[in-house]
Amino acid sequence: MSGYDVSLQLTSPTHGFTGKERVGLGLVGLGVLSLVAAFFGAASVNPLAFSLVSFGLLGVGAWVYFQRYRERPAGIDNDGLVFSSSTARGALGWVLGVVLTGGYILLYWWPETIAGLIQLANPIVAWIGYGEDVYSKRWVFYGMVYTFAVVVMGIRMLYKYRHNRYQILRTISVVFFQLGFGFILPYLLVMFNKPEFYFHYFWPLKYDYLWPSGVNWLSNSAAIGVFMVFWGGVMTVIATPILTYFYGKRWYCSWVCGCGGLAETAGDPFRHLSDKSLNAWKIERWMIYSVLVFVVVTTGMLWVNSATQGAVLGGLSQKFAQWYGFGIGLVFAGVVGVGFYPIMGSRVWCRFGCPMAAILGIQQKFFSRFRITTNGGQCISCGNCSTYCEMGIDVRWYAQRGQNIVRASCVGCGVCSAVCPRGVLKLENGSRTARYNGPVLIHEDRVSVQTDASWQMGRGTAPSVLEDIPILTDNS
Amino acid sequence: MSKHVVIIGNGVAGVTAARFIRKLSDFRITIISEESAHFFSRPALMYLFMGHMTWKDVKPYEDGFWEKNRIDLVHDRVEKIDTQAKKLHFRQQQPLSYDVLILATGAQSRFIGWEGEQLEGVQGMVSLEDLNQLEQQAAHIKRAVVIGGGLIGIELAEMLHTRQIPVTFLVREASFFDIVLPPEESEIVNDAIRAHHIDLRLQTETDVILGSDTVEGVRTNTGEEIPCDFVGITIGVTPNINLVKDSPIETNRGVLVDALLQTNVPDVYAIGDCNEFREDGIGHRRVDLLWYTAREHGKAVAKTICGHPTRYDRGVFFNSAKFFNVEWQTYGQVPAKLPDGVATLVWQDKTVPRLIRMNYNKADHIVLGFNTLNIRLRHDVCEQWLLEERPLDYVLKHLRAANFDPEFFRSYEEALLYQFNQQNPERPVQLKPRPSLLQRLFS
Ligand SMILES: Cc1cc2nc3c(=O)[nH]c(=O)nc-3n(C[C@H](O)[C@H](O)[C@H](O)COP(=O)(O)OP(=O)(O)OC[C@H]3O[C@@H](n4cnc5c(N)ncnc54)[C@H](O)[C@@H]3O)c2cc1C
Ligand code: SF4
Ligand code: SF4
Repeated sequence: MSGYDVSLQLTSPTHGFTGKERVGLGLVGLGVLSLVAAFFGAASVNPLAFSLVSFGLLGVGAWVYFQRYRERPAGIDNDGLVFSSSTARGALGWVLGVVLTGGYILLYWWPETIAGLIQLANPIVAWIGYGEDVYSKRWVFYGMVYTFAVVVMGIRMLYKYRHNRYQILRTISVVFFQLGFGFILPYLLVMFNKPEFYFHYFWPLKYDYLWPSGVNWLSNSAAIGVFMVFWGGVMTVIATPILTYFYGKRWYCSWVCGCGGLAETAGDPFRHLSDKSLNAWKIERWMIYSVLVFVVVTTGMLWVNSATQGAVLGGLSQKFAQWYGFGIGLVFAGVVGVGFYPIMGSRVWCRFGCPMAAILGIQQKFFSRFRITTNGGQCISCGNCSTYCEMGIDVRWYAQRGQNIVRASCVGCGVCSAVCPRGVLKLENGSRTARYNGPVLIHEDRVSVQTDASWQMGRGTAPSVLEDIPILTDNS
Repeated sequence: MSKHVVIIGNGVAGVTAARFIRKLSDFRITIISEESAHFFSRPALMYLFMGHMTWKDVKPYEDGFWEKNRIDLVHDRVEKIDTQAKKLHFRQQQPLSYDVLILATGAQSRFIGWEGEQLEGVQGMVSLEDLNQLEQQAAHIKRAVVIGGGLIGIELAEMLHTRQIPVTFLVREASFFDIVLPPEESEIVNDAIRAHHIDLRLQTETDVILGSDTVEGVRTNTGEEIPCDFVGITIGVTPNINLVKDSPIETNRGVLVDALLQTNVPDVYAIGDCNEFREDGIGHRRVDLLWYTAREHGKAVAKTICGHPTRYDRGVFFNSAKFFNVEWQTYGQVPAKLPDGVATLVWQDKTVPRLIRMNYNKADHIVLGFNTLNIRLRHDVCEQWLLEERPLDYVLKHLRAANFDPEFFRSYEEALLYQFNQQNPERPVQLKPRPSLLQRLFS
């Protein structure tokens, strides 16, 4: 025998749906149908009514379906997740992946093909006085759908983790930031003829906020624009390192950021699909720091170019900027970042591409009080923590050795701690001494053995001979 | 040629021994297992069936790890040990010689000899084979009976429950696991079992398992016949000594070892679930069937084999488990029945299943142990307090230092202290104040 043989499952082990679940899924299905109708132009007659009905059906249907969590006793509930077609890279998962990826491609490059859908944003567009052409309108449509997904799937999170106050507060926070700072506030600004500005996005994630073009655009829009430039600069240079020092990168990545917000809500059912292998980690480090270098170099070149009025670099810096915007801003962050949720997990962009995550990660690794503490010997190496880490961190590798987890990529979502059946993991901020190893008393090399004279060591003290020998293929 | 250490069994005991021997030496290391090609976490078997994880996820090390660390793996069954020639004979492959042999053959399901135990549809739940056997039948099971109210029984009940299979859970005791859990804890778990729609039958013993070829039901000691098409027997596990029974290696319940984990045959050691200590040692029972103790055996034997004779000592006892959605942690000694001269302080949340208990000496108030349900405590702090023999008022005063609940979880310390002070107005205890925000930020 060489493993757990899933082919022995003669029929699908995921259970049939209850009556209520069917009702919920039925309503969601109607909502999807209504979107399909909109795609074919049905919404032209009355976009507002069509919009309300479509999203109403989707929202109410989802809410009815999510009652399944509420009706079962509170606790970790991942039953059947790795058997289900939609969450285990089955046919449904692939269909979903293709639809999401395709949707992004059409939205970015051929919005006219989905003009019927984009019309659903007409009421908001008219209200705030946004550009009426499909190329402008699509961004309002995108913001609408994105925010809707965060809110609806945020409600699912609240039901699913209702026993866990860390998850509840964190979910409320990301939903609040997406709804308020990622949707309402920017369009209110537009309504009052101010620049559409996202106060919770900073360079280098929102790279153009510190590019000459962005700075000029903002500072030319009256006093508030100057404040926005100032705000962006202060957040990038001063607030970010300070907050990360005290709380780790989680203050941003899993509490504030909009990309993180989508990952933590809509992406939750897919978090276990992230690759945990050492190879994936290697690729991750190469990619994310390359993107960081790319954005830093591009930003530097743009400023040199702008200072010398193109004398030194000519059109080169513009080429860099265009390529960055296309390759990273659109393809990576959007198409791949969200389109691949059902295939590679919810944090593909955050893990492999986001330059903001790269900077925060460096700060978190070297200048932060944040760590995940491992609770002594209680780990049973079950693997729940690693499986459900959306960032693909092999949490168990550390936990089973009694070692704290200090990793640049950890976004502090807290799910590893939530799913651990033995209470081994705690996210916390604290003194930086002994941040890595945790209490010596319970470290892997702590030896709860009596000693004879030839092997003298104090109780609870690691013998030095073990400390000197590198621990196997230590990947930390 | 360097010494060849051969380990039979790739469970946590054998694998920990191998890893530490590799850390400490350049010996040639071979691990043998018939069960699976690579080490997996046995306590995680349930999560495979419940659909939380895949086979890849329950393997603590990537498959390439072993070669990288020069640990040879053999996926075969050892049929015979020739201690004279220091040679192992296999079912399939050629014999293998060893210089040092470590037995880490684990444990197996205990069966009692009930009539009908051999019927199709009756099984235990210990090995990967058991799990695959269960998986094969799962789609057809209409009703299941689980016999035996222990840690594995409750896991099996939960596993079946996640596949929408109605479960009757036969428990001999008056309350679930009350040979280990004090009454309040046991009651909370009873409630959790029932909240998951498990048909919990306390004080119910099995008389006979009914059926001709395949199982058809269970008759209990009350004469009731419960129809079912699956019976899980989880009345305990017992050291697996099949391999050494007919060898010169001495056994009792398990393979007999001394404090250095040596058997009576030179260069043969036994660790993990399969061993039994010849004498009571410091803090340990003679047979311990736990993940943690198996791991500690592995570390200790590695040091002994690498030239640093190391006596095994279990240290301050700890354990944990999860009963449906109730997490249990224990540190030190908290027996089910309060011993003479020991008092207990127990606090229960009124709204959610949550409990913390401390046992202490009546005479000098020294704290002896902690039990918690759905409250996580810091292992190192509890262990330190127990080793330093701290009195109850000290522990209560500093209780926040032991809090390991995730951030923002509701605290319980104030409520516990309030209750204690109500009950003991003559010696009130004040909780050490929480550090201020500034102190916390810059500690
Ligand atoms: C369902 C379940 C849940 C558990 N949950 C917990 C828990 O939550 N906490 C806890 O502390 N403990 C738990 N335990 C107990 C824990 O898993 C064991 O204590 C631990 O796995 C023992 O490890 P080991 O290395 O001694 O043996 P094992 O893991 O049993 O490994 C022994 C290996 O040796 C192999 N072997 C035996 N004979 C031969 C032979 N002749 N030839 C080749 N190979 C052979 C076996 O096939 C097996 O793979 C649980 C056990 C079970 C069954
Ligand atoms: S290590 Fe834990 S907290 Fe960090 S990202 Fe992974 S699951 Fe989230
Ligand atoms: S830390 Fe918890 S979840 Fe992770 S392997 Fe250990 S016991 Fe399992």
